[in-house]
Amino acid sequence: MAVVFKKTNMLTDTPLHYCPGCTHGIAHRLVAECLEELGLEGNVIGIAPVGCAVFAYNYFNCDMQQAAHGRAPSLATGIKRVHPDKIVFAYQGDGDLASIGTAEIIHAAARGENVTVIFINNAIYGMTGGQMAPTTLIGQKSTTSQLGRSVALNGNPIRVSEMLATLDGPSYIARCALSDTANVNKAKRAIKKAFENQIAGKGFSMVELLSSCPTNWGMTPTQAADFVKDEMTKVFPLGVFKDIDKE
Amino acid sequence: MKVLMKGNEAVAEAAVRGGCRAFFGYPITPQNEIPEYLSRRLPEVGGCFIQAESEVSAINMVYGAAGAGARAMTSSSSPGISLKQEGISYICGAELPCVIVNMVRGGPGLGGIQPAQSDYFQTVKGGGHGDYHMLVYAPSSVQEAVNIMYDAFDKADEYRMPVMMLGDGMIGQIMEAVELPEMKDPATFPKREWATDGTGKGKDRRVINSLYIEPDVLEEVNHRLFKRYDVLKEKEVRYEEYLTDDAEIVIVAYGTVARIAKSAVNELRQKGIKVGLLRPITLYPYPEKALNDLAKKDCVKSFLTIELSMGQMIEDVRLAVNGLKPVEFYGRTGGNVMTPDDIVNVVLAKEGK
Amino acid sequence: MEEKIIIAGFGGQGVLSLGQFIAYAAIADGKEVTWLPSYGPEMRGGTSNCSVVVCDKEVASPIVARPDCLIAMNKPSLYKFVDKVKEGGTVIVNSSLIPDKVERDDVKAVYIDAQELALEAGNARTANIVILGAYIKLSGLFELDLVAKMIENKFQNKPKVIPANLKALQLGYDAAGK
Repeated sequence: MAVVFKKTNMLTDTPLHYCPGCTHGIAHRLVAECLEELGLEGNVIGIAPVGCAVFAYNYFNCDMQQAAHGRAPSLATGIKRVHPDKIVFAYQGDGDLASIGTAEIIHAAARGENVTVIFINNAIYGMTGGQMAPTTLIGQKSTTSQLGRSVALNGNPIRVSEMLATLDGPSYIARCALSDTANVNKAKRAIKKAFENQIAGKGFSMVELLSSCPTNWGMTPTQAADFVKDEMTKVFPLGVFKDIDKE
Repeated sequence: MKVLMKGNEAVAEAAVRGGCRAFFGYPITPQNEIPEYLSRRLPEVGGCFIQAESEVSAINMVYGAAGAGARAMTSSSSPGISLKQEGISYICGAELPCVIVNMVRGGPGLGGIQPAQSDYFQTVKGGGHGDYHMLVYAPSSVQEAVNIMYDAFDKADEYRMPVMMLGDGMIGQIMEAVELPEMKDPATFPKREWATDGTGKGKDRRVINSLYIEPDVLEEVNHRLFKRYDVLKEKEVRYEEYLTDDAEIVIVAYGTVARIAKSAVNELRQKGIKVGLLRPITLYPYPEKALNDLAKKDCVKSFLTIELSMGQMIEDVRLAVNGLKPVEFYGRTGGNVMTPDDIVNVVLAKEGK
Repeated sequence: MEEKIIIAGFGGQGVLSLGQFIAYAAIADGKEVTWLPSYGPEMRGGTSNCSVVVCDKEVASPIVARPDCLIAMNKPSLYKFVDKVKEGGTVIVNSSLIPDKVERDDVKAVYIDAQELALEAGNARTANIVILGAYIKLSGLFELDLVAKMIENKFQNKPKVIPANLKALQLGYDAAGK
């Protein structure tokens, strides 16, 4: 019988624990497929964050380290400096990367650490039960902004990709959305480009993936996908914010 | 050949000779000569030096580098070590070997920058969250700091845990003549099969982790760690006894304070007062048996704990003496350091002289 | 033997390096030594001091409460430390900057016009070496030749300054002998 589809070798056989409709699974698969297609099996060290993806070390079929909350870029730095010839990636959520670990991501990017960061932005704290994230939209309800996020009280959401793109260290910064097939395909191309940059030694690369959290948003998976596409992209426009190959 | 070196620089050089090839730190007085020295020294031996954006980041770089198989270290002073506590707890949980230096300054808060020993509790009783310990050394001379640092990475490897060297501003700033040991050959270091060097896949992939979500599994991990601490207690306790054979008063002091106490002991002996000194070199594991043995001796009438704090190690002295003899305390804080005369006067007053 | 010295003055007067020269001499002479600087914000431009302990066996306390010798390079330093000097001890006063006399009769006070002698040596920045020469003479701890050799070693990358430093050392040594 002809094989028409095969799970990538860069994912283990461990069943994912993510909720139905959550796009973490898609993000994992895209990262793993890119690693496999680039022939990197046996040459990769990944870093799992604190957040919903905390168990990522069970899913990626490569050496993995699990980081304290927000510190994945620091681990990535330590690892890459010890193994400059290996591919190092950090997988982080919005609370991890854009709140408690803001200093770490900015400075890893500013140093131009030759690592790749996959940034899952779903505008909410998933694992701890739907609290407000630094990327929660204005008016969006969460368990700690029950009347909706207010500018007066909570300030505005942070656009990390745009912020990091102002630095000289990064080689590639892009924001994609895991909302539909076309955008998922674009996301895969961006992730591959980020890893290719690392292979070529071009320096820090990050792909921000607008993601859904139907459970904590209180939506069905299709409503959540639409929310990503229709609402999140208004605040977090898609695109490439930095690409040294085009400068 | 002996060379005159500042404590911080000697510690840094000894680390390199002991195999350190990765340093991550953040400036803070009084330990700045360590990162300054290593920033030029490590590249000479193919090592890596990074000034991190914070102590928090620095200790997590150590986590990453140690997890990736390097002999990695960081150094700081009290407020910076507080910031590293999160990382230290994770490193202990993930069973990673590394070396941490704390050149202690006075606290709490921003405190001061002069020598202190007020981080004893933080160092040996936890500091970070969870059930863990580290192997903790307290050198009292630059040479001893060099010797400890030289072997610290071997000990860290052997027990898969951080080794902390607890110095103070004085040991960091003082210059003394030291004999530097030969450079260790990294080829002789034990292979770290568990390290994430990137080659892992399938069944052979390595995971560095401190998350154990199943209570039974985490309990098992805690027991495994504590079995290792039992081995430390059996094999790694180090201390120095000075004139304790016939001592009626035993002074207990560590680090640079022990040197000052030794001068006082010499002076008191000349006055005919039978004083001795027990100097713990390891603060964890603590030389509790040696202290308890002294407490059981008929000639020993009392203990005097001397610290640059309001009294922290004294709790371990009391636990070891276990009520057999009185345990008294003398301390200075705020960065003030007692002189040998101060100690002589405390003992004379105690003796009613 | 055990010799405890406090050297104090303004930052920039070479106070710390003066102490280090004594420490280097002690090592070269096969003795044990500790050199402990004051450190902190005052290091830059303010007062500065260091404690040196030279001993023929391992130095116990590096803290010097009662020095055998005080080297005071400026007035505040003299008054800060003069009462701590041991009975029968020595106070070396940089009389270029300190017009006062030591008001103790149980110590030996020696006044050295370090600035004047440094100029005579040909380099105004050698005042600390003048004082070093005086200290070598007064303490009798080391041979002058040994210290001269050490100065040559320490300045081997700046050979131009060696003659003035050697002359300063000699002038200080002679001045203390008068």
